Formats: sequence, structure tokens, C-alpha cells
Amino acid sequence: MNAQPIGAVSGDLLYLNGVNKTFDGFKAINNLSLTLAKGEMRAVIGPNGAGKSTMMDIITGKTKPDTGQVIFSASTDLTKMDEPAIAKLGIGRKFQKPTTFENHTVWDNLLLALAGDRSPWFTLRARKQKSEAEKIDSLLETIRLTDHRHRRAANLSHGQKQWLEIGMLLAQDPELLLVDEPVAGMTDAETEQTAHLLRDINRTRSVVVVEHDMTFVRALGVKVTVLHEGSVLSEGSLDHVSADPKVIDVYLGR
Amino acid sequence: MTRLSLTLTPVIIIGVAIILAILNLATPATSALHVSDFVVGLAGKYLCYALLALAVDLVWGFAGILTLGHAAFFALGGYCMGMYLTREIGARGVYANANLPDFMIFIGWKQLPWYWHGFAWFPFAMVMVLVVPAILAAVFGFLAFRSRVSGVYLSIITQALTYALLLAFFRNDMGFGGNNGMTDFKDIIGFPLNRSSTTTALMVISAIFTAAAFLFARWLVGSRYGQVLVAVRDAESRTRFLGYRPEYYKLVIWVVSAVIAGIGGALYVPQVGIINPGEFAPANSIEAVIWVAVGGRGTLSGAILGAVLVNFGKTVLTGALPGAWLYALGGLFILVTLFMPRGIMGTFGRRAGAETSLPTAHEKQGLAAIDGKAADLAEAGADIGDGEKTA
Repeated sequence: MNAQPIGAVSGDLLYLNGVNKTFDGFKAINNLSLTLAKGEMRAVIGPNGAGKSTMMDIITGKTKPDTGQVIFSASTDLTKMDEPAIAKLGIGRKFQKPTTFENHTVWDNLLLALAGDRSPWFTLRARKQKSEAEKIDSLLETIRLTDHRHRRAANLSHGQKQWLEIGMLLAQDPELLLVDEPVAGMTDAETEQTAHLLRDINRTRSVVVVEHDMTFVRALGVKVTVLHEGSVLSEGSLDHVSADPKVIDVYLGR
Repeated sequence: MTRLSLTLTPVIIIGVAIILAILNLATPATSALHVSDFVVGLAGKYLCYALLALAVDLVWGFAGILTLGHAAFFALGGYCMGMYLTREIGARGVYANANLPDFMIFIGWKQLPWYWHGFAWFPFAMVMVLVVPAILAAVFGFLAFRSRVSGVYLSIITQALTYALLLAFFRNDMGFGGNNGMTDFKDIIGFPLNRSSTTTALMVISAIFTAAAFLFARWLVGSRYGQVLVAVRDAESRTRFLGYRPEYYKLVIWVVSAVIAGIGGALYVPQVGIINPGEFAPANSIEAVIWVAVGGRGTLSGAILGAVLVNFGKTVLTGALPGAWLYALGGLFILVTLFMPRGIMGTFGRRAGAETSLPTAHEKQGLAAIDGKAADLAEAGADIGDGEKTA
């Protein structure tokens, strides 16, 4: 893909244009277009079934769209790639349900997520390295799990697992983070800390956050995209979309 | 998975093998301490089963691939060895033909088929013991893992694989002796197979291979590769989003495991003196899974222990109550699944520093699903066994 796709601007990190996806006759994504600038953080909200998770699946290669363009960094066509290739490209994903490697320690979870060669041949010969240990130590600091580094992920609390997964995301060193409901099941204090952490991450990386928690979205203080029935219903600041009659109709006004 | 078992397991295996060897060779047959050739032969056979169990544990315990067809790789290794031993018979066969095995003359063949060439030469045959199971595993694994076939579906395909081979090897025109297989072996690289020193040596060699395979497997699962493998087992799609390709990780362990099973089969054939298509029977593969379940899945040392214990039980019980064995085996599997899902080593073998492989809910479910299937398959296997006898 050398030719620049129509519409994608070099300042855009992620560009979705006219994306459609139908599952057994159900239109999960309906002519969805969305642009994310480099360095931007975007909150995506919408009622259940609005297509938020399917959108994440399409960006990360889990689901192939029926039609439409998904362009990363103005030149890479993501619809032609599978999950590992997209991950290596620099797109990290955190799932709605925290998914960590339960039988591994916190430390090992981060180690396996750390950016580097992913081939069996490399991992067979891999030795512990000081540079890796330093990176993991600093990540543990960031996600506040230093004291828990030798515990198995299975034994962490729900909130700690969410944080570990964010840590794993950071360990991948991605350019773009897709974060699906990061504060589900968290206490108010944890939610507050997570908003702080994401704003911190946003200083060097682009972030897309899918979230239901309006307090959290407000705390992020970023541009909001409202999805409904697979396409963009409204876009703008939280105050702007909250005042949009279409949004009130389908979502906030219920 | 303690550090203790890392040294203890090989020491016990080799130690017991040497003691048995000494008691067999250095004591007179009249002595109370004398160990008969029969017992030494049994020990050697159990060790071959232990290799098969190790192979199953590597893929089932650490990659989550519940294989119900691993005996296929065991049998293929066995056939490679059987071909060598058959060629080694030479002109001492019934038809006294140095160029053609008896069974080929019997079905009227005039020429050695191309794929038999080279098997008269021991080193070539030994390379084939490794290569043949590896190639089958590589092709099968590549297709299955690339298509993301997993869980019960994959188990069923592995079962189909071994069943298809069973049917193929039953045919005379395959050139492997049809349903009689190959037997009446005379010697191995010049050593007569009926001599007790040969029996003992084969048993000790089996012990060395088992210990070596154990250490190799431990190194493999202890490496970062092994960590990724466990991650694939527990959350395969997560590893993809981290940039790993689970299909390659599974393929590597699958091929390694097939080679270990093939070595087990190759050591097995000279010790039991026969190889026939019965070794491909689906029930054999299921038995191997039961050994691992009993010993403790994902523990490696448990796989060896399970193979030895269950087969010891089989030897005793088939001697005393031949009809009861399949029921006992099925019952054992159900009891282990219900009351000891982590097996012997999983339950008792890890006190301090325990950290790996608790079976997750998902895996327990798989175990239970297999439980139901095992009964049907054991029955089917018994039918095949009967067919073989009457044929």
C-alpha cells in the first residue's frame, strides 16, 4: 500500500471510512467513519449493541469488515492483516473482561507482553535481561503492583487485574491503545486513579477508550464519539453530545 | 514442579533401571534377589509407555491440546524400528530370502518396495524413527493449528488420524505386513533379542531415553517458550493480541512431542517383539491420556509415574481378572476426574513453591467431556482388538 488512500491525512493515526459488518443479517457496523489524530485520546460511548466491541475487533484484526477502509498511520491497510501482525504494528488492546495469564505471576505477565521478538525460536533461547527487568520494574511502579509482582495473576483482585492488563498493554509499547471498559468493577478511588493513568499514558500515545461510566468519561475530559446501531450518532465534547437531542433520544435520556 | 523433582525423577528412573539390571545379570537364577527377564522386560515396556505419556503431557498439560491420537506417532516410530528388525532377519526367515521379508513373499511380491530401501541400515532406520512421526505431526499440526481448530474438535481429528492409520496399516498392499504386522525378529545390531543381556540393555537404554526426554521437556517448559505456551493454553486469543502466533508455538511442541512418542515406540518394538496395526487403535491413545490424568497433568514427572502405575495395574489385573481391565481403567479415569483432577503429582507433589497449572474451569470441562467419550471409545477399541484376533 504505497498510494495514500483517499481521505486519510498524514496527521491521522487511525482512519475508518464507510466500514460495514453484518453478522447473520444483523448490521453490527453500518457505514462507520471515524478519524483519530496522532496523540489524541477519544472516548467512545453508546448503548449495548451499538457496535463498540465490533469496532475494536475490526481495528485489531479479529473481525474482517465486509466493506470499507481501516487505515493505520495513513498508509497501512489493517483489513489485510491478522491479530499478531496488527499487534506488532503498534496497536494494543485491553479487553472488557480483564484477560491476563492466570497461571503466571504478575512479573511474568508483563515479561511476556514486553515488546520484542515473538517467535518460538527466540523465546526458546531467551535469557533474563537487565534491561527487561528495569522496564518491568518501572511498569510495576506505574500500575502500582510492585508489591504483588510475585503473585499469580489469578489471585489478584478485579481492579488489580484491570491494571495489570493496562500494564501489559504499556509493555507492548504500542502507538495506539484500545481500552475496553477499563473501570468496570472498580471502586471510585480506583476509577479516579485509572483516569489519571490514562491521561498520563496519553502524553506519549494515542488512546481509544470505550466506557459506560459517565463520571469516568467526564474525568478524562476528551472528545467523545457516540455510537448507535453501528454508526456515529454524534461527536464532540461530552457537554456537546449530552445536549444533542439525537443522543438524548437513544441513550442518555432513557 | 519443584526443583527437587528435576533431579529426583531422572535419578530414580536410572537408579531403578540399574538395580534391576544388576539383579538380573549378576545374581544366579536361584537367588531370592534374582530379577527375571520377564520383569526386566516389563520394566522396559513401562518405560516406553512413560515416553508416550511424557509426549502426551507436553501437548496436553502445557499447550492444552487434548490429543487422542498420540499412539499413532508411537506406532510409526515402532514401525520404523520394526522395518529395520525385519530386514535384520535377512535369510533366517521361513522363506530364507535375504532380499525380501517373509510377508512380502507370502503375498507374491517380487521386489522390495522403494520405501523399504535403507531400512536395513540401522542409522538410517533410527533417523526415520525421528523423521517419520515429525513429518506427519508437522503436516497435521500445521493444517489444524493454522485453521484454528482446537478443543474437542481437535481431539476428534487426532482420533480420526490414528484410526485412519489403523485402517491403512491393516491393508496388505501397504507393504507393512497387513494385520499381522511384523514379528519373529532375531537380533538388533548383532545382539540376539532372546538373550537376557540384550533385554536388560534395552531396558536400561529405555530408562536413559526416558530420563533424557524428561530433562529436555523440563527445559522446554521452563524456558520463556514454555511460558508463552502456558499462556496460549490459558488465553490463546490474548497471546494473539500481544503479537504471538499461537499456531507456531503449538506446532513446535506438537512436533517435539510426536518425536518423543516415536522414540518410545521404537524402543518398545524390540522389547515386545512385534509391531502390528493394533498399536494404532484409538483405545491406546486414550489409555495414554488416562496415564497422564492419573499421574498429574502438566507435571511431567506425574506422566511417567502414571504410565508406570497404571500399566503395573494392568499387568496385575489382566493376569488375575482379564475381563475386568477395561472397566477398571474407565472407573479409574472417572474417579481421578472427579476426586483428583490434578492427578497424583498435582495433588501431592507440590507443597512448597507451588505455582503452575491449576486446571481452569474450561479445562475441567474438557476433561469431563472426554470422560464420557472415553467409555464409547474404549468399547470401540475393544471391538477392534477382537476383530484383530479373529482375522
